[in-house]
Amino acid sequence: MPLLDVRNLRTYFHTRGGITRAVDGVSFHVDKGETLGIVGESGSGKSVTCYSMMGLIPQPPGRIEGGEAIFGGTDLLSCSDEELRSIRGRRVAMIFQDPMTSLNPFMRVEDQLIEPLMIHQDISKADAIKRAIESLEEVGVPEAEKRIRSYPHEFSGGMRQRVMIAMALITKPELLIADEPTTALDVTVQAQILELIANLQKERGMAVVLISHDLGVVAGAADRIMVMYSGKVVETGETESVFYNPRHPYNRALQKSIPSLQQKGEELYTIPGMPPDPTQIVEGCAFAPRCEFADEACKSGLYELKASASEHATSCKRTQNKEIILTPNANG
Amino acid sequence: MDDNSFLQVKDLKTHFSIEKGLLFRRQVGSVKAVDGVSLTLARGEILGLVGESGCGKSTLGRSILQLVKQKSGSVTLDGKELTAITGKSLRSSRADFQMIFQDPYASLNPRMTIYDTLSEALQSHKEIPSSEVSAAVGSLMTKVGLSPRFMRKYPHEFSGGQRQRIAIARALAVEPKLIVADEPVSALDVSIQSQIINLLAKLSREMDLTLIFISHDLSVVKHISDRIAVMYLGNIVEIGPAEEVFHNPLHPYTKALVSAIPVPDPKKEKERKRILLSGDPPSPINPPVGCAFHPRCPHVEEECKKARPELEPFNGKSQAACVRLQALNTNSI
Ligand SMILES: Nc1ncnc2c1ncn2[C@@H]1O[C@H](COP(=O)(O)OP(=O)(O)OP(=O)(O)O)[C@@H](O)[C@H]1O
Ligand SMILES: Nc1ncnc2c1ncn2[C@@H]1O[C@H](COP(=O)(O)OP(=O)(O)OP(=O)(O)O)[C@@H](O)[C@H]1O
Ligand SMILES: [Mg+2]
Ligand SMILES: [Mg+2]
Repeated sequence: MPLLDVRNLRTYFHTRGGITRAVDGVSFHVDKGETLGIVGESGSGKSVTCYSMMGLIPQPPGRIEGGEAIFGGTDLLSCSDEELRSIRGRRVAMIFQDPMTSLNPFMRVEDQLIEPLMIHQDISKADAIKRAIESLEEVGVPEAEKRIRSYPHEFSGGMRQRVMIAMALITKPELLIADEPTTALDVTVQAQILELIANLQKERGMAVVLISHDLGVVAGAADRIMVMYSGKVVETGETESVFYNPRHPYNRALQKSIPSLQQKGEELYTIPGMPPDPTQIVEGCAFAPRCEFADEACKSGLYELKASASEHATSCKRTQNKEIILTPNANG
Repeated sequence: MDDNSFLQVKDLKTHFSIEKGLLFRRQVGSVKAVDGVSLTLARGEILGLVGESGCGKSTLGRSILQLVKQKSGSVTLDGKELTAITGKSLRSSRADFQMIFQDPYASLNPRMTIYDTLSEALQSHKEIPSSEVSAAVGSLMTKVGLSPRFMRKYPHEFSGGQRQRIAIARALAVEPKLIVADEPVSALDVSIQSQIINLLAKLSREMDLTLIFISHDLSVVKHISDRIAVMYLGNIVEIGPAEEVFHNPLHPYTKALVSAIPVPDPKKEKERKRILLSGDPPSPINPPVGCAFHPRCPHVEEECKKARPELEPFNGKSQAACVRLQALNTNSI
């Protein structure tokens, strides 16, 4: 049984401008100890997917319209607030895209770090502080003993990110949801943090959901990858397979846009067109208007993930029907 | 130093004091965020500024723009010494230099429509007859690749990339000569990153805009920059033409930085040899004596612990601050 099993999750925002179908029928699972990478365009619903499971969607305007997210036998979407609170922050922890959203600017880092321990565990304050200092040291905050007394704004962006990672890991969660955990960090530190997460994962059997727009990060860290576009999963499979045998044109276009694979001086490749307006219901495949392989048939019908024998699934009908075969990018 | 330089930074130091005590605050130390940086930029040049988190990139950018007061040193922009002027004359110079922030979510007022935000910026700069404001806002939006029909929308109705375009449009509204973009694409996905990079490159070309592009991602900076400066703990440790720094790094820290760039290819990524740095990032409160990088440097020797090395030229192309610069780079070519 997977550690987390999400089925047909739908989260909409009801705003003045219409209904945003931020997450529209997303299903996936995460096994104990594995890393699932989520990639996809900005606004494709990666964060909302994770926020929904954590009970962090502002309601209104947000509403979870349907689906379930079973974690260790409990449906996170329908369980009581109390049950959710006891799971969140203890068995499932989240690292946010923007550290300032989860750090309280008016509280010393120390008090914020020990809070989850004091709430969820039977531990003295002195011991909690000791644990907090250790966890700061683990994520590489220098002079942890001194700096634990600081306020969040006294740290640089990257150091704040480490503080947040320390806070997420302090209760030794079974599942870590990391939303762009290293975007603010330089590559040498990023490498250290990813290694740290990987080690904790090995030691504790922790599972990780890693959201990143950096395909390089995902390439190195993820066992499986899920590609999202416009509120839906368009491709999912094992990491190597998703990179070397792309099965959805969006995935291929995404890989083609990676700056580091392109020559200096040239204009960087960008996916033509604009992302769809999330308040409009799109007939057919949402990527079709920007897709170089689309034909008339792509503009109608329902698009669903279908797996081939290799468990590598795509929602692209033309790939499913073998009308097109996508070539991997030239970097291979 | 070259008198034609457009931006000149001389031995700039910005320190933050650390205070203790509730009633009687006393200074117990200081964070040497920027600790003696000198730089010269030509008009229209794009400089990429990279380095570890906390090394002082944002503080350097903010000090150049006088958003934070330096401890010593000078900044001269287009012949005007910014560090010497204050109050009203500084405020009137502000239009010459603008900053774009990493987080387009936080830097835009959520209660103002795009029209409000941009018209306010335009009108703060010069008087525009009210009948022409709408057209001016529209042309600004077109310049950054946004359709003017979105004028009446609020920031939350836009995607991250679109919001960053709005922030860029707002910066351009006052016709600045210098822009410091602090991690302008770090929060965006690759395709939109590329759009913003293409846009900034184009604007800089067309408007002869001088640009300091801060990022922790060397591979992003490489594309847009004429030169790249690498910072470590408050100092520039290497500076040179973008391709040179990327393909032929001189300083051991730059070498580690280049080697750690993730490769978007799972097999290569797993086999890749990284120079893994040992030890913790140093504290800017008690920087190591001598070369600030020496506690983590794989090539450290006794002499590295004595005095802080100065930037010295190498190859006629780049400059790096390393006592062992010659020894480390001569035989490896
Ligand atoms: N509080 C909200 N109110 C209205 N719409 C929202 C809200 N939060 C998210 N959305 C919308 O939901 C959609 C999905 O957003 P989400 O933040 O999940 O994207 P993402 O894939 O995480 O993008 P990014 O890579 O930029 O972080 C977007 O269209 C966004 O505008
Ligand atoms: N207002 C402040 N008060 C005290 N210390 C500060 C302040 N702003 C920055 N610092 C400190 O100065 C140093 C440099 O910070 P800065 O934000 O310039 O780094 P950075 O290179 O931009 O890092 P990042 O990549 O994480 O954004 C850090 O040690 C930081 O903690
Ligand atoms: Mg997100
Ligand atoms: Mg910064």
